[in-house]
Amino acid sequence: MFAFILRRLAVAIPTLLVLIVLSFLLMHLAPGGPFTQERALPPQVLANLNAKYGLDDPLWRQIWNYVYGIVVHFDFGPSFVYPDRTVNQLIADGFPVTLTYGTLSFLAAVLVGVTLGSLAAIRQNSWLDYLAVGISIGAQVLPNFVMAPLLVLVLTLWLGWLPGGGWSFSDPSFWIMPVIALSTSYMASIARITRSSMLEVLGSNHIRTARAKGMPERRVILRHALRPAMLPVVSYLGPVFVSMITGSVVIDIYFSTGGIGKAFVDSALNRDYAVMMGVTILVGALTILFNLVVDILYAWIDPKIRY
Amino acid sequence: MALLDIRDLSVRFHTHDAEVHAVNDVSLTVQPGETLGIVGESGSGKSQLAFAVMGLLARNGRAFGSVRLDGQEILNAPPKVINRVRAEKIAMIFQDPMTSLNPYMRVSDQMAEVLVLHKGLSKRAAVAESVRMLDAVRIPDAKGRVRLYPHEFSGGMRQRVMIAMALLCRPKLLIADEPTTALDVTVQAQIMTLLADLQRDLGMAMMLITHDLGVVAGSCSRVAVMYGGRIRELGPVGPVFADPAHPYTQGLLSAIPRIDTDEGELAVIPGQPPDMSRPPQGCAFRPRCAYCRDDCDNRPPLASFAPDRWRACFAPLAELRAGTESRP
Repeated sequence: MFAFILRRLAVAIPTLLVLIVLSFLLMHLAPGGPFTQERALPPQVLANLNAKYGLDDPLWRQIWNYVYGIVVHFDFGPSFVYPDRTVNQLIADGFPVTLTYGTLSFLAAVLVGVTLGSLAAIRQNSWLDYLAVGISIGAQVLPNFVMAPLLVLVLTLWLGWLPGGGWSFSDPSFWIMPVIALSTSYMASIARITRSSMLEVLGSNHIRTARAKGMPERRVILRHALRPAMLPVVSYLGPVFVSMITGSVVIDIYFSTGGIGKAFVDSALNRDYAVMMGVTILVGALTILFNLVVDILYAWIDPKIRY
Repeated sequence: MALLDIRDLSVRFHTHDAEVHAVNDVSLTVQPGETLGIVGESGSGKSQLAFAVMGLLARNGRAFGSVRLDGQEILNAPPKVINRVRAEKIAMIFQDPMTSLNPYMRVSDQMAEVLVLHKGLSKRAAVAESVRMLDAVRIPDAKGRVRLYPHEFSGGMRQRVMIAMALLCRPKLLIADEPTTALDVTVQAQIMTLLADLQRDLGMAMMLITHDLGVVAGSCSRVAVMYGGRIRELGPVGPVFADPAHPYTQGLLSAIPRIDTDEGELAVIPGQPPDMSRPPQGCAFRPRCAYCRDDCDNRPPLASFAPDRWRACFAPLAELRAGTESRP
């Protein structure tokens, strides 16, 4: 197992390099640049800017300098659009916010989704099942950009219970609406996956054996069925966790939370190469990490899996 | 008193387009210590009969009638009651040892939980008792292997683990649903010998469900032949096999390939088993029967025709045979 983890981490390095090179090339293929404006800059100014940020170097040198900066100094470079800020600072400011509401949303989605899906499977074709399936379909077809303004309308404007936007690490009332808006559709997917997987497990032979042994239903579900039923859910959760903690532009915009979700979209619109690359690498590294975590969880759940 | 007394047991499955009549008006008894064989082709309802007794029918299944164990009604009993009966009084082993053990739990955990729950043993004592039981089913190095997972055992060994797990609480009745079907022939023989030995040592009764008539001949005292969810013939194994009273029993027996003759083609029963979502009005075997008569439009009742022997047929083979013999 330990050797497996080391091997996977070793593979992660070339994977990240490929990610960097590809993103870099794609970014430069797109027309325009960070200093393209409606009123063109004087050629001399543009040349100076390009020289300052190294954009007049050949592409391979730019990539080399970029990777070198990361590996040697852990420096993701300066923002091209906000001259007084570095990418490290931007991520350090935004990531804790998205990490907080993302993790909370993730936990809420998993807890509610797994419970709802399991209950629906255990009471298949009962009113509880129909209710759970109904809720999850409703939650899935309600996009968060519809949900977010509705939440603000009801909870802030009508009821006045919660602040309509902003962020504070010390005041959980700022966290509630982003968490609801972000977790709902994931919760619905988790509930559906759990339900169908639980139904399949409950129909399997070893569950029949557990019942034949006189195990109470509660123990059959919790001890015998839940664990195998979680396998498909776990493989879904790895990428979902990454996309949740790296934020959502919808959440950041509607609730002015100031996370990196908005920073990422802004950087793409502004051709802020450095910020875009920084967030891409962050998401890429987290994806690789959590796919590894999923594989480790798999081996923990299913003893037949050995690496 | 009979250990297990099944009266007019019927099983219905509710499906999208039809009501499947899997088991119909089955009455049977199992005496303490005896081995009753239940034979029939696939879909004859023999497994569903067992599942109904255990309360293990699929969610869309309903059982009607009465099943008494030691005088206690257990059919459709509340979960608390049936869970006490399971494992402690009736245990069951299944056809496919590969999937019937929990692949996600160590053998020690799945065995010990039975004793912890039903006998109130500590985990440590329960594991020790499980090891003793694994020894009893002749698993070599039981102490070392009890901590393994099911996939680390071979098919035959897994069925031994299944048997050991079923017998932990010394049940009075073991229902074995095709226990050797998924195994190699040599392993089959070992498992049947093991079951017979254990049955003798523990003084337990066994209901052996199989389509292997050889297995029945080797290990059962009585046999029930099922077709279309009904018992067609019931009696002691020797007389039933030597002198079958139902054309279906005769058909099954003549379909066994013989090693001592070179007959060329294998005898078969022509036709298909009935579709139990549209149960036939008269005798279900009629379309495949070489002896059918006009009164086969009515359903023949299971009736006794000799001491301890029962048949459900209007055209009893013995009479027919007597008829042909008397012909010039």
